[in-house]
Amino acid sequence: MKEEIKLIKNNKRIDGRKFTDLRPLEAKVGVLKRADGSAYFRIGNTIAIAGVMGPRKVHPKHMEKADRAILRTEYRMAPFSTWERSRPGPNRRAHEISMVTRKALEPVIFLEEFPKTAINVYIEILQADASTRCAGINAAALALADAGIPMKDLVSSCSAGIIEGQIVLDIAGQEDCHGELDFPIAYYPKKKHITLLQMDGIATNEQFKKILHLAVSGAEKIYEEQKKALRQKYQAELNQ
Amino acid sequence: MILFDSISAKEQSSFAIRKVIEMIEIDANLIKAMLRNGKRIDNRKSDEYREISIKPEIVQQAEGSAEVRLGNTHVVAGIKMSIGTPYSDSIDKGVMSVSAEFVPFASPEFDSGPPSEESIELARVVDRAIRESKMVAFEKLCIKENEHVWMVNIDIDILSDDGNLIDAASLAAAAALMTAKMPKLEMINDKPVASKEERADRIPLTGIAVTTTFVKIGNVIVADPGLTEISAMDARLSIGTLDGKLCSMQKGGSVGLTVEEIEQMADMALEKGDELRKELEKLVLN
Repeated sequence: MKEEIKLIKNNKRIDGRKFTDLRPLEAKVGVLKRADGSAYFRIGNTIAIAGVMGPRKVHPKHMEKADRAILRTEYRMAPFSTWERSRPGPNRRAHEISMVTRKALEPVIFLEEFPKTAINVYIEILQADASTRCAGINAAALALADAGIPMKDLVSSCSAGIIEGQIVLDIAGQEDCHGELDFPIAYYPKKKHITLLQMDGIATNEQFKKILHLAVSGAEKIYEEQKKALRQKYQAELNQ
Repeated sequence: MILFDSISAKEQSSFAIRKVIEMIEIDANLIKAMLRNGKRIDNRKSDEYREISIKPEIVQQAEGSAEVRLGNTHVVAGIKMSIGTPYSDSIDKGVMSVSAEFVPFASPEFDSGPPSEESIELARVVDRAIRESKMVAFEKLCIKENEHVWMVNIDIDILSDDGNLIDAASLAAAAALMTAKMPKLEMINDKPVASKEERADRIPLTGIAVTTTFVKIGNVIVADPGLTEISAMDARLSIGTLDGKLCSMQKGGSVGLTVEEIEQMADMALEKGDELRKELEKLVLN
């Protein structure tokens, strides 16, 4: 028999957060030695590492573009990142997330600066506790900046949703499988553009608009943390 | 002679493909220029769909099927049902899977090989509109808890891609679900078996989910984009609706959307979704 799980008790969520709180987060850049750029992004128990290789030669060559670089993204979940082992290698979900991640990042990168090259972004989810695509995008944006790729802005990603009728920010853990609605976005803050948007679950038009604004406010908070992480790296280098 | 023929034919085809790509680029510029003056290339209003034709029950071997034409976009959805075991996290619910495949003649840009990103996304967007709207009463597709449930396999064949496959495929899937008849359940040695010939009940549904797709081109938003409009688009948003509620969304394209644009698309989706639902009810249930 299925046990009933209460996601909200006394106006608090299962992990003790208020409805509009993000989980505690941690961002670091330059975490991998051999990648051209890299970043670590943790939000609660979801951990993503992103590495950037490139700009480099395109293989296979027929994929190269004469006037700009191509951006390639690969989202993977480590087999041990979930409670039940997930089979290694990309499944259909991973293929789709790789694609929406690429489209979320493309608008901010000056791809035209590097014709006939590829910029490869690899995202590895080490621990999955919901909102993994958001964590992956946050790490990837930082890794691109860390690689010195010219960018118009960072991209910040955050989820919102509905659990037990309540609109909440940053879906985590049990809220993912037992909640009613999951709504991840990616945000290009300087232009106020939403570059990734997916929604799974039922909402009235009125609820939807609230969720949209809440998710944007979450992404704005994450944006500040990302900038802090980048500054920290250079601050540390200056202090040496 | 034969060799010569085949080479020149090959060259001709690649030339033809180049021409198509060139033409699409010219059209993209034309489309943008026309939209600035408030006109679409085929004279449609900004929220107007192309002509829709829905023909259910076109494949006898399938439990459910439907052919949908949206202008020159042409897809067929088929449903096959079988008995299987439930997933461990939903032991009392039926199982559904959706896949989509391009038939090689669907578009000159088609490359054979493993499923493309586009067809994976298409299948997953159609899947989510059905799943998240709770259109199918999966709890009624349980035969014996933890042991036997109905599996609903929805396959979408893309015969012709002239833009907006998502809406066409989701209409076809909905029409097929609405008209499908489940195989009769037989007990053989105390084990449930799906009858090969006899069909019985309809698939239990709670409503009809439809998907409506909008694209932003420059500063203009249009519904049901055709192929040339897609080549000119900046961003796309597909929105699933059921009974006045929003139930799934997927953004596409490599340019962002503002909050206001998304809100406008959500309003349009609810309105257009109701219109499409009426088409389905009218065409399918008579």
